[in-house]
Amino acid sequence: MGYNWNWKVLLETEPGGTGSYLQYLIVGLGWTLVTALAAWVIALAVGALVGTLRTTPHPWVVRAGNLYVEIFRNVPLIVQMFLWFFVVPELLPQATGDWIKQMAPPWGMYIPAVLCLGIFTSVRIAEQVRAGINSLPRGQRMAGTALGLTLGQTYRYVILPQAFRIILPPLTSESMNIIKNSSVALTIGLLELTGRARAMQEFSFRVFEAFATATVIYLLTNLIVVLAMRALEQKVRVPGLIAAGNAPQAGH
Amino acid sequence: MGFDFEVIGSSLPYLFKEGMTFTVTLTLLAMTGGIIFGTLLAMMRLSAFKPLSILAGGYVNLMRSVPLVLVIFWFFFLVPYIGAWLTGANQPVKVGAWFSAVVTFTMFEAAYYCEIMRAGIQSIPRGQVWAGYALGLNYWQAMGQIVLPQAFRNMLPVLLTQTIILFQDTSLVYVISATDFLGAASKIANRDYRLVEMYTFVAVVYFIISYSLSLLVKRLQDRIAIIR
Repeated sequence: MGYNWNWKVLLETEPGGTGSYLQYLIVGLGWTLVTALAAWVIALAVGALVGTLRTTPHPWVVRAGNLYVEIFRNVPLIVQMFLWFFVVPELLPQATGDWIKQMAPPWGMYIPAVLCLGIFTSVRIAEQVRAGINSLPRGQRMAGTALGLTLGQTYRYVILPQAFRIILPPLTSESMNIIKNSSVALTIGLLELTGRARAMQEFSFRVFEAFATATVIYLLTNLIVVLAMRALEQKVRVPGLIAAGNAPQAGH
Repeated sequence: MGFDFEVIGSSLPYLFKEGMTFTVTLTLLAMTGGIIFGTLLAMMRLSAFKPLSILAGGYVNLMRSVPLVLVIFWFFFLVPYIGAWLTGANQPVKVGAWFSAVVTFTMFEAAYYCEIMRAGIQSIPRGQVWAGYALGLNYWQAMGQIVLPQAFRNMLPVLLTQTIILFQDTSLVYVISATDFLGAASKIANRDYRLVEMYTFVAVVYFIISYSLSLLVKRLQDRIAIIR
């Protein structure tokens, strides 16, 4: 194959003049992480709430939770990205919409991207939380009631502490997914890692150096996330409880 | 803020004949290729021959660690070189977004189908394979006639759920300017400056299709659960 590698391109200055191409990509990683992290906070908070509500004995609360999950699970991420970026500002009151549209870059792209990614991932976390709660023996809930705990107390002291430990492994893969999925934000113009790799390819014509560097950065990031989550798992482990296995799951 | 939903009606033939055909064909091709290649990968991963299982494991982990968007870019630029290498040409072969998308999604989804099939194969008791060998079957006969049919059947709901995700993910070919359903809608939206109407319509169509398919999978799951 006639491709001449030229790794020195990574040290050349990028056209924006902010530094070398390598620095340019690493700043991209920074944006990837800042986007993923902010979205992760939303996803965990909303996901834990919705997932828990779906296991309560109130039928209409369960139905509302199901509706939320089905809506955001059945629309592709990129389409949701476009909805948050192009459609939502038009549907808000004129002044608010204009304010959002006139936000200085990259915030005008960053905020829709975070909201979109947060809500998208919250649905997947809600499913995990629900599955975790439902995997507990029913006796746990009954024992809570028998001890005189209210429904809220049963969740707080009996169910949720166990459920969250059970779902830590799937949460690990969700936290890697949110990092990967943040790359979709390049479609609304957020220059995160993948977006910057593509930009570097366009400026320098060094296609495979750009994508290979980005790939290596993603692999290293994944490795760090896996190690961090494994350490967390060890830290919160309750002696005597068996670690939960990973059931096969569809994913992307 | 005037909304004009007429633009949708007038562009329906283009959206569905061009766009949705692209999306559905791509989904079906990538599903078929992905399941075949994924099953082979799963067999490699479970092989007792170490280099083979390391190779397959490395491939699967690599694909699962990198964003799909980046993989789409990789293959978009890589396929011309692979083509040149296969045909012996000394210039990169020109391939369109369509061919590149089919290769990308087949190769990428294979990694996910592989993990599903691996769990499926592992769910079959070992004794069945030994019984097959005892009857004089070779590896391919035992796999093809005993293990894989059961594994496939056990995993059918998960395989189909993965296919619904694949159907949604094909919309990412937007990044290489392919005219799938979203791409077609986006072209009309930008031509007529009707982004709100078009993207809302796209979301509704994707929702209806994905949700209906997921209901079908759920029904299938219940039926399989009863039979077992």
